[in-house]
Amino acid sequence: MARAPTTTDAFNAVAEPRRRAILDALADGERPVNDLVELLGLAQPQVSKHLRVLRQVGAVEVRDKGRQRLYRLNGRALKPIHDWVSGYERLWSDRFDQLDVVLEDLKAKEQGDEGDQ
Amino acid sequence: MKVTSDSRAKLTLPTDEQILIERDFDAPKHLVYQAYTTPELVKRWWHANRGEVTLVEIDLRVGGRWRYAMVTPDGTEVAFHGEYREIVPNERLVSTELYEGLPEGVSEDDAATVNTATFTEADGGTRLALLIETKSKVSRDAIIDSGMEDGLQDALDLLEQAAHSLH
Repeated sequence: MARAPTTTDAFNAVAEPRRRAILDALADGERPVNDLVELLGLAQPQVSKHLRVLRQVGAVEVRDKGRQRLYRLNGRALKPIHDWVSGYERLWSDRFDQLDVVLEDLKAKEQGDEGDQ
Repeated sequence: MKVTSDSRAKLTLPTDEQILIERDFDAPKHLVYQAYTTPELVKRWWHANRGEVTLVEIDLRVGGRWRYAMVTPDGTEVAFHGEYREIVPNERLVSTELYEGLPEGVSEDDAATVNTATFTEADGGTRLALLIETKSKVSRDAIIDSGMEDGLQDALDLLEQAAHSLH
């Protein structure tokens, strides 16, 4: 058994930025480890370590094809995690979208003020 | 690595007790800070399209209090308050935060969070990083859960819109 506490928590497993990057990469389809190593610019042992964590929480699945091990997303396992995190993320996304509008006004006002001088 | 240029807020969970929200804005730091700390301006963005902000009080000094309240369309009032701990204008704002509708049996001590907003220059604009530190993993997960209802409501709203558009 791995001793890292994150491996037992699906939410933390998925929240780690590198592991998110792996999940993003796998969203386009099944890939061998070497592809992921190249895409992410990480060393192979690191990628393997992250994949192991993701497999332990059921976020990715693996199958052997010839001499290659191919990894793919397990969307069903990820959905509750995605829903859980994305609700709160969306709350802040919506807040910040409104903040963009406020900032446009402030920028316009600042430019207007400069123009007056 | 090139990151996609969507403007969504990014949420990560750096530790069991933390929530980190990051977002880039196309405006200089002082304006983002101004929008973040001026009551009339906070009123315009804090609602997140989920209701109407009814109160924003900001006493922007160390030890000063803040309180935000809003009413959702079904008449539910939600309010938060806290105290400023550290203020570095245009750079960094540390404050405590407490939800005023805590369920029975949850102590204020356990539920209070320490929020650090950091404003840094990024690509000619501003990156706002909001770090929410809770006392325990349980309270962190409860905060995330509170967003799930919003998420669900959004999904239902979208579904309704989609259904209407079919007619």
